[in-house]
Parts: sequence; structure tokens; C-alpha cells
Amino acid sequence: MKVGVLALQGDVEEHEQAFRKAGEELGVGVDVVKVKEGRQLGDLKALAIPGGESTAIGLLARRYLEKLRDAVAGGLPTLGTCAGAILMAKEVRDSAVGETGQPILGVMDIAVVRNAFGRQRDSFELDVEVERFGTLRAVFIRAPAIVRVWGGARPIARLKHPRAGEVVAAAQEDSMLATAFHPELTTAAMHKYLLELARGRA
Amino acid sequence: MSVANGFEYLERLRDFFYSLAELRDRLKERGFKWPRPYSADGVRTGTVKVKVGFPAMLRNGVIMDVTNVEQAQIAEDAGAVGVMVLDKLPYDVRKAGGVARMADLKVIEEVMSHITIPVSAKVRIGHYYEAFLLEEAGVDLIDESEVLTPVDEQHHINKWVFSVPFVNGCRELCEALRRISEGASMIRSKGEAGTGNVAEAVKHFKTLYTAINELNAARRAGEEERLRDYARQCQVPLELVALTAEMGRLPVITFAAGGIATPADAALMMWLGADGIFVGSGIFKSQDPKERAEAIVLATARWDDPEAVVEAQRMVSERTAMAGIDVKTLKPEELLQTRGV
Repeated sequence: MKVGVLALQGDVEEHEQAFRKAGEELGVGVDVVKVKEGRQLGDLKALAIPGGESTAIGLLARRYLEKLRDAVAGGLPTLGTCAGAILMAKEVRDSAVGETGQPILGVMDIAVVRNAFGRQRDSFELDVEVERFGTLRAVFIRAPAIVRVWGGARPIARLKHPRAGEVVAAAQEDSMLATAFHPELTTAAMHKYLLELARGRA
Repeated sequence: MSVANGFEYLERLRDFFYSLAELRDRLKERGFKWPRPYSADGVRTGTVKVKVGFPAMLRNGVIMDVTNVEQAQIAEDAGAVGVMVLDKLPYDVRKAGGVARMADLKVIEEVMSHITIPVSAKVRIGHYYEAFLLEEAGVDLIDESEVLTPVDEQHHINKWVFSVPFVNGCRELCEALRRISEGASMIRSKGEAGTGNVAEAVKHFKTLYTAINELNAARRAGEEERLRDYARQCQVPLELVALTAEMGRLPVITFAAGGIATPADAALMMWLGADGIFVGSGIFKSQDPKERAEAIVLATARWDDPEAVVEAQRMVSERTAMAGIDVKTLKPEELLQTRGV
């Protein structure tokens, strides 16, 4: 099965490894492609948009943002972690700067606030209860928070933070998953689910 | 290979350092909060996953040296993954002479309030208090840097006691492993900063990877003695050498730095195995900083696609590049890379 990781900037290798591990656990042969061009999207069965700097990824992808948007909105099972979740959200703000005006995909009915938990020294890990996946060790690195979920999206994980209060840590809309944390650093469970979704479609 | 593979060992190493009770008590007296308490709802900050995981998010990215808010905004708009706030660019540090210190806190704070990407700053080697101040100010990554004048000729900062991640320079593997055992969450080549000459960075990357490949081969051949000898020679834990040998790379993110001035320089360093690029004087000492910043970002992200690198290189002109300094013309005492090994 051919799956892709958007490979412009960010923790691409960590996602590739998570996909491979997920494939092994499911007994599915997985061919992981580093997606750098719009034309590589055609024959993919699932996609991960990695963590990184959402501004950098958005700028580097601007030439095929449209293609990417069509593929993800068209039902390609997609997991966006941290920066990936920011790119998938329809509304983006930054906790310090406010409006960012950055290029995004805007495919999920969620609103995110960037750097919602503070700066890097406030980055944290925590056990989070995620619907369908159980308890996951979640690593939040300069993470965004999902502050509003509407329409087709629904929250699948919540957390209580001393500063940010109660926020949504992960959301799902059809075959799109967005997480404020980095599952790729601690587990292959969500990548496994993507492969299962992809198998169901095929 | 994913750096997530190294978490477990680095956590053990961190715990080992934490358990050095004598050191802990001494630092406690000096006012360090260590170890940081769990908050009531289980939120844990400053852990290995958080500190080593953060640089992983910078992969394939460019961190740019800036001296003010305008430059920081140019960097962000060009697609940089971070900025490094300095009082003077390395090129000017070299020209100015005297003692080079941490940047102005006011400038750092101003930059932090204007951009969304991570903000780093440099501290002098061994200067715990500059680091402490930067952590308090909320800087995202601290560079314990040879570009500034070292305050401790013998020791680097024990970086395990900070919740903010550190990056350190190295010229070869032993130096890198010593820094990691002191708690560095990220490594960069030293190169020769402020020269616009990438030759030293190339040398340091090749030296680093030659040694790693040798260890990797030794491990596969079951020559455990070689690993032990290497650990002894470097004065680092055997487990750290074994982990590096097994992973075939440093267990933390490794950026190239020192003399990178063009998109082609950046692509070359990525090809040599860098996870990303620091550009110091190369951008804001050129006459086309905006275009050059964008071009270096493109060449770093797409280094393995010749067409993209050509496109990046076309965005800049050699006539506008910073004038370089040939490293061979520098006197030994003018070299920055020999500070703090």
C-alpha cells in the first residue's frame, strides 16, 4: 500500500517510521513516499502532514496547496499532527501575534490557536484519553490547541491544562484526523487506523 | 532514522544525572528548580521527549541569525523555522573583537512578541546565568556557542537541569557525544562562523559521519571492544556510543552551521547528512537578504531535487553574496571553532 508523508519540512522521518511500524503490526506491506510535489498525490492511499513550522510548510507547499486540498477534502485518509493540524484547520490564530494570514489548507471544521500552551519551556507530555485509541502518551511541543469544533468535525480527545484550560487535543472529520500533539513520537496507533481506513476504501 | 528511537536511553541518562545528589543539592542552593515538579493534572514539562522532540520539528528547516525585529520578520516571511537573536552577526563579532556576550534581553523579547516561529539565542560557553535568564525570558532554544567569548575553559553547562533545549557545536563525534551526555538536545557543526566559507562545516560533517559509519560497521561486526575503546577515548558513556552506532546517526537532531552563504551551500550540507541548516551572517550580510532567505529555505527543503536547487540558486546572484573570508588566512587565535571542546 502506497502512503505518503508531506515532506517539505518537519518530523517527516518520525512519521515514515510510524507508518512502517503500523504496516508491520497490521501485516500490510507499506511503501512510504516523501511527498514534495503535487503530482505525487495521485496514487496515495493515506497521507500524514507532519509537525514542524506551519508557516514554513505552508509557504513551501503554496504551489500545490490547491491539489493537496482537493486530495484531502476528497476523502484521502489524512492525519495532521501539530503543524499539520494547523494547516488542516479552517481558522488559525496565534496566541501572541493574533491573525497570522499564513497559507493553509482549511479543510476541517476546527479553529486552532497556535502556541496556545506557551513557549517551548512550557511544552509538555501527558496521558490523553483518545476515543477509539485509548490512553496515549501525548507529547505537546509548542503545540496549538483546538479551541472550537463545529459542522462535520467532532472532538475525540480533550485535556485540561493549567494555563489554557479545557481544550480539544484531537478531532476527527470523516477520514481526516487532526491532533495538537505528536502521536508519531510515541505510538503507531493512529497511523494504523489510517491504514485501516485506507484498506476499507480500497 | 527517527530520533524517537533514542528517547529511552536519553531518559535513563537524564535520570542518572538527576540522581547525582550532590550536584542536585548544590544547584538547589543556587536557586535551580530541579527536578521540576509534576503539576496536579499530570502535565510534565522539560522532559527528554519534549526537549529532543522539539528539534525534530525543525527538520529540513533553516534557522536564521537576526539582530532585530525587521530581520526576524523577513526570516519568518521567507519560511524560516526559527530565528537566532544576536547582538552582532558572527561576521561583525569577528571584526569587532573584544568580548562577545548574550544579546540584549529587550531585543529578544521584542522579537518574541512579533513572530510566531521559535526564537533562539546564544549564551557563552559555561555561562549558567545567561542561560538561566534566557530560560526565564522564554527563549525556545539556547545555543551554547563558541561564537561568543567562553567564560569557562573547562566545562560546558549541565544542560539536563534546564527545561529549555540546548544546541551545541561540534567538530567531530567525540565532541558531539560529550555535549549530548551533558544534556544537549541538538547538535550543529561548528564550521567557522562569520566567514561565508562552508569548507570547515563540510570538514566537520564528514569527520562526524565517517566516525559514525565506522562505529556502525564495528557494531554490526560484533566488535564490542571498539565501541568500548571509543567511549573511553571520548570520555562518554558506552551506552551513548552504542546507541549512536546502532542508529547510524547522532541520537539528536544535527544541523549544519558555519559559513553557509548560498542555496548551493545549504543543499550541499543537507546532502552530507544534515537535518537542517543554521545561516548566520550569510543572509543579512548579503545585499539581497529577502531573496536569499527564501532561496536557502527552498534549497534546504528540496535539496534532493536538482531542479528545485537550481531554481533556488537562480533567485540569488553571486555578486550580492557576502564577501567571504578564507579560513587559511585566519591566525590560530582568530579561529572560533577551537573554543570549548
